[in-house]
Order: sequence, then C-alpha cells, then structure tokens
Amino acid sequence: MIYLTADIGSTYTKLVAIETESGEILGTACAFTTIGTDVREGFHAALRKLEAGTGELKYDRLLCCSSAAGGLKMVALGLVPDLTAKAARLAASSAGAKVVKTYSFEISKTEQQEIEEISPDLILLCGGTDGGNREVITANAKRLCDIKGNFATVVAGNKSASHELQEIFERWGRQFVITENVMPEFNKLNIEPARKCIEELFINRIVEAKGLSLLQKMSGYEIIPTPLAVMRACELLSKGYGDENGLGELMAVDLGGATTDIYSMSDGRPSLENMLPKGLPEPYAKRSVEGDLGMRYSLPSLKEATDLRIISAYADAPVSEVEQWLELCTANPDVIADMGSLQQRVEEALARVAIEIATERHSGVVESVYTPLGQMFALTGKDLSEVPAVIGIGGALINSENPAKILEGSKYDSRRFMYAKPRNPKYYLDSRYIFASMGLLSHVDSKLALRIMKKEIKEI
Amino acid sequence: MNKKTIVTGVIGADVHAVGNKILAFALEQAGYNVVNLGVMVSQEEYIEAALETNADAILVSSLYGHGEIDCNGLREKCEEAGLKNIPLLAGGNLVVGKQDFAEVEKRFMEMGFTKVYPPGTQPETTLEDLKSMLG
Repeated sequence: MIYLTADIGSTYTKLVAIETESGEILGTACAFTTIGTDVREGFHAALRKLEAGTGELKYDRLLCCSSAAGGLKMVALGLVPDLTAKAARLAASSAGAKVVKTYSFEISKTEQQEIEEISPDLILLCGGTDGGNREVITANAKRLCDIKGNFATVVAGNKSASHELQEIFERWGRQFVITENVMPEFNKLNIEPARKCIEELFINRIVEAKGLSLLQKMSGYEIIPTPLAVMRACELLSKGYGDENGLGELMAVDLGGATTDIYSMSDGRPSLENMLPKGLPEPYAKRSVEGDLGMRYSLPSLKEATDLRIISAYADAPVSEVEQWLELCTANPDVIADMGSLQQRVEEALARVAIEIATERHSGVVESVYTPLGQMFALTGKDLSEVPAVIGIGGALINSENPAKILEGSKYDSRRFMYAKPRNPKYYLDSRYIFASMGLLSHVDSKLALRIMKKEIKEI
Repeated sequence: MNKKTIVTGVIGADVHAVGNKILAFALEQAGYNVVNLGVMVSQEEYIEAALETNADAILVSSLYGHGEIDCNGLREKCEEAGLKNIPLLAGGNLVVGKQDFAEVEKRFMEMGFTKVYPPGTQPETTLEDLKSMLG
C-alpha cells in the first residue's frame, strides 16, 4: 500500500509518499501552494515533481494537513494570567492553533477592538474553576458577542456558568460549543476536551473557509492543522508504540517564516532535590507557538525582541549589514541568502536568537529562595535541563550549513541561568521535512510512522 | 452541594509542610472545598487562587517567625484585586520570640486580618470561627 501525505503550508505544498511493505519513503516533493485559486493545482504540481523521481505513483490513501491561509488563528481568554488564561493558551496551542494573543480578567474596550482586528478563526473562552468565579467569564462572553466577525467560540470554563453562557451565545446567535473546564479544580489541567473541540471545529468549519474542501473530498480523511500533526509525531517519537520503543524525552523546534514553535515531550519534573514546583502543572506533551518570532513575516517583532548587537556578534557582521538584511527580508519575504555569504551568517544568527527566545519562553523558570532550611529553588513550568535530544524542523534549519549552531539556541546558557533549558542535548535534524507527514501517517499506522522517523531523523 | 471554598497555605519562604497538611485535612473533613497551595506561598498566589475559585476565606499559616513581614500588605492587595471583605485568617508562630499575643493580635488586626491565632491553636477553634463567619 502507498500512502501519500500532503502538508499545505502557507508558501509550499509538501508531499511525501510512503510505501508500507518496505517501510520506505518513496520520495518527497514540493510546489507553491495555490490556496488563492484552487488548492489542487499546487498539489498536482508537487505530485508531478514527485512522480518525476518515482515514476507514476498510484497512491492508495491521501492524508492532509494544512497551515495555509494563516493557519488556525485563535485568541484565548481566561481569568488570572498564570491560571486559567495560561491553561487556555496551553489548550489552544496543543490543538495546533496559532494563538495570537491571550487575555485575562474582563476584557477592555481596546482589547475588544484588538480581537476584532486580529479576526480569529476561533476563540477559546475560559475562566474560573468549577464552582468558582463566574462573573468574569459571563462578562467576557457578552463582550465577545459584541465583536464583529465570523468566529466560533469554544467555551471551557466554570461549569456552573454554562447555563448563562449558553443563553448569551444563543441570544446573540453566535456559533459556540461548551465543553469541560480547562481547569476544573485549582491547578488541575484538563485541556483534552477543549483541544478535541478545537480540532473538530477546525475540521467542520475552517477547512471550508480556508478553501481546503476540494482537497478534503479527494482525501476522504479529515484535514488537521499542521502543528497538530507535528505534535502527534513528536509524541509518538517520544513515547514509542507497542513493542517499538520511542526516544524518550525530547524537544523539537520548528522555525518558520512567521512563527517559531517549540514542542517538549517531557514530564518536566524538578531535576534538583531542593527544587519545588510552583504554579500550574504543564502537560507531558507541550507546544508553544511564538507569533512574534519568525524568519520572514515576523522579522520586525523579532528585531524588537532582541538586540541587533547580539545578532551582529553571533554573525560576525557589522550592525549596519544586519540592518540592511533585515530591511531587505521584510520588504521581500522570498529572498534567500547565498551559501557561504555574510547574509547567510546573519540568517543563522537570527535563527539562533529566535530559538533562544522561544525556548526561554517555553521552558520553566527557576528562582532561588532563601529559607531557614537553606537555599531552595522554586520552579515554575517544566524543568527541561535533562532532556537529551533537540530536533530541528523547518526550512531555515534544513537549508542551513550549520544547523547544530542554530539549534544551540535551545541550550542552557549560564548567563541566563533562570531558564531550565536542556543542558547537554544532542541535536537531530528532520532533514527531509517528514515530521508533519509522519504525524499524519501515525493516524493510520503508528508503528510504521515511528520506524520511519527513527530511521530518518539523524543526529548532527 | 454549595460547599464553601477556603484557600490555605504556608506563606513566604516557610517550608513547614506538616501542619499545613493536618489543617487542610481538618478543613476537608469539616466539609469545606479546600484549595491547598502548600508551602512557600506568595501573597499573589493566595489572591490568584481565591479569584479563580471564588473563595470564601483565605487561611494563612506561618511557623518560622517571619509571618508578620510576609502578611503585611495582603489585605491591600486583596482589595486591589477585587476580593472585597474576604475573611483573612492567620495562625502559627507568627512572630519572632515570645511576645505578648494580645500585641501580636492587635498588629495583625491593624493589617486587616479578620482572625489571628496564637501558637498551639487546635484546628477545632478555627473551624468554629469559620462556621460562624461563613455560615
């Protein structure tokens, strides 16, 4: 049997053909995405390229994921920033959404306008533990109904407020789904039901809106968001399947043009005896997405988040050259640096810094506390210092001459000791860009997907 | 079904966990919905937990003598966060050395606490007070 997977990205449509009997990848190919006209054109163009290598390809099944047309754009709302707002963000991220912004407490008029401008595909509305605060979530429901736009809302907050919430959304004639609370009890995370709802809404609503329904008809399988496919691949590669062992704890970094995604598959338990976990416990499989860190569309915000002198030092290039390159890339997202050039070094430095910042935001934060029993450490988030493997995904890494150097951005830095990043990781590269494809394949044949990944993901 | 919710924990850099566990157990047995934050709890954590769970009272423990410093400003922060008039209770070894408890109590009441307990108070005393406070 031959499986064909298609990853419809915002720029490229990437195909991977897999043969089940031999367990081999027959070939990969990509072509420009044609979501503006007919998504099938790009698909067929890529298929022709693929067939140029493999000969005529009679595939039995087609599996698709997509991040085209902006991906799954979401905003998340909660009550307290470190509690339900954070839980909401975690739930939306793990569903494969691009969480543009997270809001807490009752939203203001300005925030209402901001959400209208973001124009999200979906909104995740949380707040209050079960039986806890209900005022804020009901107030926010009303305010969301006041926002123009064709979005649906997933409600995953205080169950005691569900009657009122249902009434509000029905009265305003808004699309909504009510599901289990993301934080039913204090500091207890329950993101799976919300994640499922988001996935279903993506399949039922977004696929149509994003011009993917023609592809959906060809496939017969449900189209899922690409980050969700990557997340599934990471989880499978980490945990293993049946008698086929996984790699254990790992981290994956997906560096794109608009966002930088970090995946960690780890318990994140404290690695030191005198370390005390604090705050919301985070899931084994965690994804975070940084919408302000990317190699092209997000360059202006990446520039803001860092210091050009750092880039200049990493790249061994004058600040003026760095600035010039940033301007050029911002004006021309399609520009590619020549191999071995100074611009290539700047690109690598930018990539490294994006990964540095993204992994800092993803990892747990350690604070030193002095107690009568001596020095203790308080850990908020996941301690990833013992994670042994970091996998690089994404064009900026695959096309680089020095992927290990870029991936070093994910490593613990003694100057920024508060971030519990991996201390001694080995670096791996998804050099054929098969991660999303394997995530899709895992839906129908997990064991095969795992075997292929273990073979294809190479240490660098 | 309408259980009252109590947020409790040991404040500051205090890591005394045993009394905290006993107290949480006693509160649960008495029918309260207990949000136990454990040890080394900051003022902000009590407030965040109380907001999210719509708590009816905050019960602060401290055993290492720095309680007075740690508790200072909690009432003001509660007010700021919209937790108006939430009962604040404190107990343990709240101050350093052997001080006259009446004095200690006065200082804590001035800081906005609703009830203050001397060292060696039994959980039953606190439970009685909570019952009359919250009904």
